[in-house]
Amino acid sequence: MTKELRRISILVLVMFLALFGSVSWIQVVQADALAQNDANRRTRLDSYEIQRGSILAGDTPIATSTPSGDMYSFQRVYTDPQMWSAVTGYYNPALGSATGIEKAMNGELSGTGGSNFLSSIERIVSGQPQKGANVRLSLDPVAQKAAYDALQGLQGAVVAIEPKTGRILAMVSTPGYDTNSLAVHDSQAANATYDGLVADPNKPLSNRAIGGNMNPPGSTFKLVVAAAALDSGKFTMQSTFPNPASFTLPGTSTAVHNSWGGPCPAGDGQTVSLADAIRFSCNVPMAELAVQLGDEAIRTSAEKFGFDKAFSLPLESTASTYPKSLSADKTGLTGFGQGDVRATPLQMAMVSAGIANNGLVMSPRMVDQVLGDDLSVLKQIGNTEYGQAMNSDQAAAITAAMQASVSSGAAQGARIDGVDVAGKTGTAENGDTDPYTLWFTGFAPASNPEIAVAVVVEDGGGQGQSGSGDAIASPIAKKVMEAVLKK
Amino acid sequence: MTATAPAHNAGDVAADTAVLRALRRIRGPQTQRNREFWLLLFAVVVAGTALTLVQLGALGRIDPMILLIGGGLAVLVFALHIVLRFVASDADPFVLPIATLLTGVGIAEIYRIDIANHATGWNASSNKQLMWMAISVAGAIALVIFLRNYRVLYKYTYLSGLAGLVLLILPFIPGLKADANADVWISIGGLGFQPGELSKIFLAIFFAGYLVRTRESLSSVGKRFAGITWPRMRELGPVIVVWLISLAIIVAQHDLGTGVLIFGMFIVMLYVATGKTSWVLIGVVGVVIGVAVVSQFLTYVQNRFNTWINAFDPDLMEDQSYQLTQGIFGLAHGGLLGTGLGQGRPQITPVAESDFIITSLGEEIGLIGLFAVLCLYMVFVSRGLRIGVAGQDDFGKLLAVGVSFTIGLQVFIMVGGVTRVIPLTGLTTPFLAAGGSSLIANWLIVGLLLRISDGVRRQPRVVIG
Repeated sequence: MTKELRRISILVLVMFLALFGSVSWIQVVQADALAQNDANRRTRLDSYEIQRGSILAGDTPIATSTPSGDMYSFQRVYTDPQMWSAVTGYYNPALGSATGIEKAMNGELSGTGGSNFLSSIERIVSGQPQKGANVRLSLDPVAQKAAYDALQGLQGAVVAIEPKTGRILAMVSTPGYDTNSLAVHDSQAANATYDGLVADPNKPLSNRAIGGNMNPPGSTFKLVVAAAALDSGKFTMQSTFPNPASFTLPGTSTAVHNSWGGPCPAGDGQTVSLADAIRFSCNVPMAELAVQLGDEAIRTSAEKFGFDKAFSLPLESTASTYPKSLSADKTGLTGFGQGDVRATPLQMAMVSAGIANNGLVMSPRMVDQVLGDDLSVLKQIGNTEYGQAMNSDQAAAITAAMQASVSSGAAQGARIDGVDVAGKTGTAENGDTDPYTLWFTGFAPASNPEIAVAVVVEDGGGQGQSGSGDAIASPIAKKVMEAVLKK
Repeated sequence: MTATAPAHNAGDVAADTAVLRALRRIRGPQTQRNREFWLLLFAVVVAGTALTLVQLGALGRIDPMILLIGGGLAVLVFALHIVLRFVASDADPFVLPIATLLTGVGIAEIYRIDIANHATGWNASSNKQLMWMAISVAGAIALVIFLRNYRVLYKYTYLSGLAGLVLLILPFIPGLKADANADVWISIGGLGFQPGELSKIFLAIFFAGYLVRTRESLSSVGKRFAGITWPRMRELGPVIVVWLISLAIIVAQHDLGTGVLIFGMFIVMLYVATGKTSWVLIGVVGVVIGVAVVSQFLTYVQNRFNTWINAFDPDLMEDQSYQLTQGIFGLAHGGLLGTGLGQGRPQITPVAESDFIITSLGEEIGLIGLFAVLCLYMVFVSRGLRIGVAGQDDFGKLLAVGVSFTIGLQVFIMVGGVTRVIPLTGLTTPFLAAGGSSLIANWLIVGLLLRISDGVRRQPRVVIG
């Protein structure tokens, strides 16, 4: 029996070794992979117990986590939700969803990001509960409120950028939505609210500032065309163009008109300068210029300003587009921002910011710092240059034209007492009978710019085809710039 | 002692005392019981600590009630220890402490799950488990006291076999049956009971007795084929009967685990008794064929295999493999050191306090804790196998081997099932899992092992002429 018993002992040993192996495999080797598995409720429940960090705009908290008595441990609370909805998005553990900055900075806010590592160690050692890090945005509550109040009743967006750094000072998209209503832990109620918002024809969930259905930039695109002209070396702001009341696009029978029907109200009656074409926002000379430049040149310039590129703000913007391989007539249309060009207000603000910053375009960003619990700085976000769109002389030349536009040209709605504002309006057509899209882009003060703004108002501002960019979009930009400059 | 004994002459007396002294030395003083005392104390302290940690971790405070009850049970266990000092002073010192420690840690974890589920009173499995433990230890005490000589069981071989079969069939008797996944439960006055657990012991006695009676004819020469001596057909008969019984259990009672367990127990005991590897081969092949055939037309077997292989398939994770995957998530959540008693989430896994007690423990005490638990089981099984080596009568050896190997096999099937080494079955983890019948049966095995180990050690190795 002994021999057999010895073998049975070995059998038992082997069985238990298999168990040692399988348990080790699961608890050590596969532990991380299993923790990441979507169906693993334990990981999620653990994450609920960590107090999510706050989102700050400057020094103002706009999203905080307050203790709640339910299984999610904390309730997300948003201040001024309609005003900040495009920026913060919402975070709902009951639905397992997050949008906006809540999603983009989720690693830091939830305490699982890399920048949290050292503070986690500190907390384990000191025995304090785990907390997420706070995120300080570059957004300025003063600018944000001015933009939001000015956009009331309209469907549109405002983006304001600090030209020297690329920091976004305001991002408003209206209509906004109540993020608190989507953050409730009752998933049925939250889903019902969400379905309602999705079905809403005004599309409150769409962030018009950085994406959504993009609009043709209209006359604001003339700035890019001018930049392309200067960059080609073949033109200056004083170069002249024929000044008829209409211009037939090459190879077609389509005629381009100025928006008031007649010729450009400047020059010697036969020709008009590029500077005046900008100042009075004349379509005909710009169409002629565009045809002469060719789509390649315009696109190159546009891309230097950020067209055809999606940015991580960290929100993901939709790339504004200037199409490839355009025929001459289509190129002519883009000369005044119609045709197949599409832009977001973010992009047009970058155009202004680039011009304002002596031609150097900075990469736009929304986050300034990641802060620990005691407001110690865990991570400082620096400025990144996107590229030189033009040299400073060219920028100065275009700036002068923009100043003229505001002081005595087509953008007088943006005039501010005692401040030199540079700007460009736009009134874009969307189809034969559709309402216009109204634009403004500009910066102030012209000599040492502190803020660059772009405003887009969709749906004609409620006035169908009788509103204009200057009447509706310019005053909004003026209020935003005033609020920041007069702080 | 010999001072007043009638002396033949001085030399003989001196030789007698010398022999007696030698005998006493061979027998040894009560070191076994002393050793057991300290081990038992250690086990009780560790189990009590586990209970306290569970309270601190899950409740944040200490509830004296549970500790008092735990203290009462500790007294009961020490009572068994004292009884052993009197009636079985040479019993193995490891068996009782290990059983106590495992049962105690099991209760701590079941209690933790009760806290998480807000279960109180008779809904709380831990309260029931405490009661079952009291009954089990009392049963072990009774067995140790009343069964002075385990060889008595040899006389009741066939009666035991009958009892074992009857217990297996009980759930089919109308009026007694309680519902469950496997048809293995009966209900006595509202309390669920699994008679199959007890039948394990009776069948082990039966197999041991039967094999001792027939080992000669079973080992006798048969035809040689492929280098192995194959038994003759008439010896094959009883084996086939057992095989059929096991299959019947699997098919009729939907209890894959018990079927495999009983068959495994028999084959191992057969091998140890006869020493013929041919039996093992026949056994293994028989089980494989049986399970393969059965899985063709039994959906629950197919489901078990499917869940085993495709456990993390998202379609299955919703319901079929939900329990298995949640258990595995729990284990992974614990990692190397565990989350700490009372601080994990074992209650997410369904039936966490019985079928998945190992994953619940693994989540909270980590890989290191599980290794300790598995080592405890290994030592327990090895003590039983030791009796097999050291014993001198075949019945005791076979019985001890059978019973302890069954525990080892049961642990392997259970832990292997929840860690996907093999498909999951419905067996319970001995001592740890919540379940009265399992606890009673396993503590009866403890009593049996104590009794047999004592009997084995008392047989002096020196034959005095």
